Amino acid sequence: MSTATADRVVRRVAHVMGMPISLALRGRHAGDLDAQSAWAEAMAALKDVDRVFSTYRKDSFVSRLDRGALDVVDCPPEVAEVLALGERARRESVGAFDVRRSGRLDPSGVVKGWAVERAARPLRHHLDDTDFCLSAGGDMVCHVADPAREPWRIGIEDPHDPTRVVAVVPVREGAVATSGLAHRGGHVVDARTGRVPEALASVTVVAADLVTADIDATAAFALGAEGPGWLARRPGRTGVVVHADGAIQLVGE
Amino acid sequence: MVNSTMNRLSRNLTWLLSTLTVVVLLFGYKTSTGGGSLSAESSAVSSASTAPISGSSSTSSGSSGASSGSSGSSSSGSSGSSSSGSSSSAAKASSTVTGDVAQTRWGPVQVEVSVASGKVTEVQVVEYPSDNPRDAEINSYALPILIKETISAQSANIDMVSGATVTSGGYIQSLQSALDQAGV
Repeated sequence: MSTATADRVVRRVAHVMGMPISLALRGRHAGDLDAQSAWAEAMAALKDVDRVFSTYRKDSFVSRLDRGALDVVDCPPEVAEVLALGERARRESVGAFDVRRSGRLDPSGVVKGWAVERAARPLRHHLDDTDFCLSAGGDMVCHVADPAREPWRIGIEDPHDPTRVVAVVPVREGAVATSGLAHRGGHVVDARTGRVPEALASVTVVAADLVTADIDATAAFALGAEGPGWLARRPGRTGVVVHADGAIQLVGE
Repeated sequence: MVNSTMNRLSRNLTWLLSTLTVVVLLFGYKTSTGGGSLSAESSAVSSASTAPISGSSSTSSGSSGASSGSSGSSSSGSSGSSSSGSSSSAAKASSTVTGDVAQTRWGPVQVEVSVASGKVTEVQVVEYPSDNPRDAEINSYALPILIKETISAQSANIDMVSGATVTSGGYIQSLQSALDQAGV
């Protein structure tokens, strides 16, 4: 029952779907062939998701659905599942989050968290006594198998200076997602107004799963000045809000 | 799909007319995920934290790190645990020390530490907390710890960076990139 690997962190990086995927592993299988195999499986899962959901691929199910060449019932069941998540997000965010933009179907904002949760399955189920933190472009799923080990320490990037962090979140089980304009301008808009929100610089949400964390971070960010209050009313979430003026606010119980 | 286009939000509501078919189907499907609860798939995510404990040994820092867990994070809760008695025995050539029962948030934990030549060679958990998935779930993540002044990733001792969607293009200059390289 002992582990000789202690807390050595083994890391892997790949680029899938134009996004850096970073994996950190600790524990029994961190550096072995089982980890290699689970990592390959995780990447394959992401590529599968891309084939179904990419709005860049004209032959993806989502692209064909958008063109009206297919019905939802003709798609793999995952498409209906993701669209349902998008609908849930739209309702819960009072319309600030919407998977349809400019008349086009684009569920990417829901797909990402959902895809990373799926990609994390082989890590979770095939690597016993092994901790992982799987990040896709700054949004991540964390798991610590052994309570004797420390939680993962997740740094929250300073949106005004991406070389620095403003907070650290210790996470054993759960997900962390951040939404903001730090890396490119204007990719998040308030679906109700079509405008880029200006009140906030970034919103980070910690929740039980990445679908929830991602949706809530994006919705709270899009809601602008109303975002922190909205987030505070969401059950089971904690978070860090960085205001446009640099003020930092913790949200949660 | 995912990088600069991980566009999370949509720009307007005109989709209503153009995608009515999809919406109708959605409402039919939605019943299984309604009520704000997670889908079955998602909700399974946080229940896996009760795997058998097998103690992490740290060959350089003695036994204090073995059972106390999250030493650096004041709000993560496992500060009640401690192992005892091993530091003095570390000077001996080889010995095994059983620590006091430590109360952790998962329940009582007792750890046995083997020391050889002043270094921890093995950690065994003698007593395990009883399974309590609900507690584990509730305590699965902690409140963020604010840092008074922004600091570099290195001095914050962090494992990963969460930030607004990092693209592959921007990754090279990112903090996460630095962390990944340091670990390889």
